[in-house]
Amino acid sequence: MTRLIAASPFIFALVVGAFFLWGLNPDRDPNAIPSVLISQPAPAFELAPVAGLDTPGLVQADLKGNAGPVIVNVFASWCVPCRAEHSVLTSLVEEGGQTLFGINYKDKPEDAVRWLNELGNPYARIGSDLSGRAGIEWGISGVPETFIVGADGTVLYRYVGPVVGDEAVTIFRTALQEANALVKETEL
Amino acid sequence: MNQFIRVLAIALALASPAFAVEPDEILSDPALEERARSISTGLRCVVCQNQNIDSSNAGVARDLRLLVRERLLEGDTNNEVVSYIRARYGDYVLMSPPLNGATLMLWATPFVLVLVSVGAFVMVACRRPTKQSSELSAAENTELDAFLASSGKNGDLS
Repeated sequence: MTRLIAASPFIFALVVGAFFLWGLNPDRDPNAIPSVLISQPAPAFELAPVAGLDTPGLVQADLKGNAGPVIVNVFASWCVPCRAEHSVLTSLVEEGGQTLFGINYKDKPEDAVRWLNELGNPYARIGSDLSGRAGIEWGISGVPETFIVGADGTVLYRYVGPVVGDEAVTIFRTALQEANALVKETEL
Repeated sequence: MNQFIRVLAIALALASPAFAVEPDEILSDPALEERARSISTGLRCVVCQNQNIDSSNAGVARDLRLLVRERLLEGDTNNEVVSYIRARYGDYVLMSPPLNGATLMLWATPFVLVLVSVGAFVMVACRRPTKQSSELSAAENTELDAFLASSGKNGDLS
């Protein structure tokens, strides 16, 4: 008993130290919100095409029965990081051969059209989410956010924030490869 | 100066705290609005994470407030509204975390600490009297008497 009491400051320091170690871990992002969608079917939503754009709209059924996993990117013309991310997504489509769907979040159609005309349109489908309700169905906290949906319509991965910079691109490519490996044996 | 004070007084009287809930969001039914407010204070804003959606000005918070009111108008109970949003944003969206396996430590720690400290206190308190016996035993008394007698015979000890 006396030994236990004598050791208690040490045990206390050990516990507090462990918390500090956990809290100071540079890889830990305290703002990260775990997504409930992972390994769940993609949420039910139905979005009309962006007015003035030839790209078809996006509904839940479009996420099922694709040849491989698809990327679903939530973007808006008013979102500055989306502009930076755009070239990464474009190269994933043009060089990586990925299928990219878009959710145009709370964006005026004319702004979205102008934005896509300026930067190019890598999206196979774009749903116009004027009210932001589809965004809530997907549980997004802001734009951009990017999901990987398996061929069976299951959400496999969620990336919060822009996929910009070597580190983020590597993380996202790894996730894509894992998704590919799970569903279909193809190389990125 | 007098006028300044008067203007200041009027301005202060008119000033009210800024609420995030905008007039166009408020429901006409005060009972439903009251329920909407109480649900909103329990839901976390996913953008500004230490604020509830009732006091947050973020766009998503406003959308969620509107969603809460929409569900209430459709006749959902408070629990149904909360679980609707929880299904989309997870436990994280609740301001007070629910008791489950992952949060057991969080909820149990205060009680465990109280139990441990009460236990330690009781243990120490119970033990003290047995240790504090200041009476000498018979053997000790004899030894002491012998010592005192011998030291008295030999004179001073220093």
